[in-house]
Amino acid sequence: MEKPLTALIQPDGKPLDVAGYERAGGYQALRKALTMAPEAITAEVKRSRLRGRGGGGFSTGRKWEAVPQGADAPRQRYLVVNADEMEPGSFKDRLLLEQTPHQMIESVIIGAFAIQAEIVYIFVRAEYVLAIDRLNRAVVEAEARGYLGANVLGSGFAVSVHVHASGGRYICGESSAMLTALEGRRPLPRARPPRSALSGLWGKPSVVNNVETMCNVPHIIERGADWFLGLSRCDDGGSKLYGFSGRVKRPGLWELPLGTPLNEILEEHAGGMQDGYECRAVLPGGASTAFVMSDSFDVAMDFTSVQKVGSSLGTGNIMALDHRRCPIGLLRNLEHFFAQESCGWCTPCRDGLPWVERILTAIEAGEGEPEDIETLSRHVTFLGPDFTFCDLAPGAMAPLGSGLKHFRAEFEQHISEKRCPWHDTAESWA
Amino acid sequence: MSTAEQDLSEAPLEEALRQQIAAVAQHAEYKRAAGLDALKVVQKRFGYVSDPHLAEVAALLEMTPAELDGVATFYNLIFRRPVGRHVILLCDSVACWVMGERAARAQIRERLGINPGETTADGRFTLLPIVCLGHCDHAPAMMVDEDQHGDLDAERLDAILDRYR
Repeated sequence: MEKPLTALIQPDGKPLDVAGYERAGGYQALRKALTMAPEAITAEVKRSRLRGRGGGGFSTGRKWEAVPQGADAPRQRYLVVNADEMEPGSFKDRLLLEQTPHQMIESVIIGAFAIQAEIVYIFVRAEYVLAIDRLNRAVVEAEARGYLGANVLGSGFAVSVHVHASGGRYICGESSAMLTALEGRRPLPRARPPRSALSGLWGKPSVVNNVETMCNVPHIIERGADWFLGLSRCDDGGSKLYGFSGRVKRPGLWELPLGTPLNEILEEHAGGMQDGYECRAVLPGGASTAFVMSDSFDVAMDFTSVQKVGSSLGTGNIMALDHRRCPIGLLRNLEHFFAQESCGWCTPCRDGLPWVERILTAIEAGEGEPEDIETLSRHVTFLGPDFTFCDLAPGAMAPLGSGLKHFRAEFEQHISEKRCPWHDTAESWA
Repeated sequence: MSTAEQDLSEAPLEEALRQQIAAVAQHAEYKRAAGLDALKVVQKRFGYVSDPHLAEVAALLEMTPAELDGVATFYNLIFRRPVGRHVILLCDSVACWVMGERAARAQIRERLGINPGETTADGRFTLLPIVCLGHCDHAPAMMVDEDQHGDLDAERLDAILDRYR
C-alpha cells in the first residue's frame, strides 16, 4: 500500500532538508508542472477526485477552476493554505507541517502555478511553534534553490511564500475569516457571494486549501490522476491521514486508503480500546461531526459513506467516547468550545451557543428540567444550516443533534435523578 | 511582576522596538496587516500589551486604537493584562477532557493555588485554558510558554511544573 503523504517522514522525527528532499525525488513534480499548462494541472487535479481534507470535502479542482484566468483577469491572485488546525480532536496537519515542510512548499508552488497566483500565505496556528520554524526554514532553502522567487527555475513564473502565525482563534479556520485575518482586521467571516475565488484577500481572487489537501498535489502531478484514484477504496481519490484519540491502546495517525472502514482503523491501527474501556460512540472527524454509534463502526471512512450514517468525514481524526465518560459532559465540553469560539457576529450563534452551554451545564449538575430537552432540540434546528452566517453554529449542532437522539436515555436520567451518574469520576486521571 | 517592570510596560516603547515594528509593517502588503505581528513584538518583550503600548502600535500602523484593540482582543493568545513569568496553556478540548484534563486542572489548583485565568501570588505562573492543541494522540496535553507537553499524569505534571522557575 502506497503512502505518498508520509513516505518521506524520517524515523528520527527530523524533516528532510532541501538536499535530502531532492535526493528522495522532491521538486520533480514541480519541474514537471512547470512544463504543463496551468489549466492542465487543474484538470488533472479535478480528474483525480481530490476532495478537501479540512472537513469541507469540496473538489479541489473545481475550487481552482473558479479562479478567473486570462489576460484581462484581475491580478494579483492569492493561494492561502489553511494550516490553522484547531478542530478539536484533529492533529493530522501538524504531522505534515512538522515532518514534511518541503512537501508543503512544493505543493503550494504547484498550486500557485495552477491558479497563477503570485503570493502564497501559509496560515499556521501560533501554537505550532515547531511547524512555523520548519516552514520558515524550508522557505529560505527553497528560495536559495530557485524554487521560489521572481523566476521559478527559469520558467518566468514568479511566486513568494509567506508563513503567517495566527493569534489563536478557531473561526480563523473558516476560509473567509482567514482572509479577513490576513488583512489585519478583526477576523469575522464574510458574506457570500462574492466567492473568494472572485473577491478574496484584499478583494483579489483567492483560493484557500487545507494542508493535507495541498500535500496530495505534487503526487497527483507526478504520478497522474489514475494512480491517485487507485489509492482509495471508494470513488474519490487518494489516501487519508486518519487519526484516533481517546481511550484506545495506540492513539496516533496513519495514512491509509480513503474509505478504510472505521472498525479496521480502530482495531488494526489504534489497537482497539484500552482494557476496561468500551467504545460507545466516536466523533469521526472532529468536534463539528455527529456521533457515529458503535453499531455503525463498519462504515467506510469516506465522504459519502460517513454521510449515510448521519455524520460526516470531517478531518478524519476520530475520537472515542468510552463508557466511563458522561456523554452529557462531553457535549457540554464541545458546546463550551463553540460558544467561546463564536466570533459573535450573528445573533443565533452568539446568543444561542452560550444558552446551549448553560442548559447542558445545568443538566450535568443535576439541575436540568424536563423541558430543557425540547429547548435544546429547537437550538439544533435554529442554529443549523441556513440560519447563521457561517458554518460554526451548524457544526456545533451536529454532535448535539445526534447526542439528543442517541443519548436520550442519559439526558432523561440526569434530569429525573437530578445528578450525573458519572460525577464521581470527573476529576480522576483514568 | 515587580513595580519597575510594571512601569516599563506602561512607558513609551523603546526605539529598538519601534524600529522592529516598523520593519514588520514594511514587509506587509498593507501596514494594518502587520497588526498581529506588531502586537506579538510588544508581548514578547513585556509579556502582555498594555493600553499605552496598544495605542502606540496603532499609531505606527496608521490605525485607531479601537481598530487594533478589536484585533488584539479577538485572539486567545494576545494578552491585554499582565501574566506571570510562565504561561500554562492547559488544553480543555474534547480529547483532553476524555483523557483527564479535569484531573490536571485540579492538580494545578491544588499545587499552585490558581484556577484558569489566575496568576500565582509570586508571579511565577499564569494558568489559561486553551482550545485543542492538536496533540490529541498524547492527551492530556498542555503548553508552558512555547514548549509542548503531552501524556500528562500526576507525576509528569509535577515534574514539568518544577522545571519552570
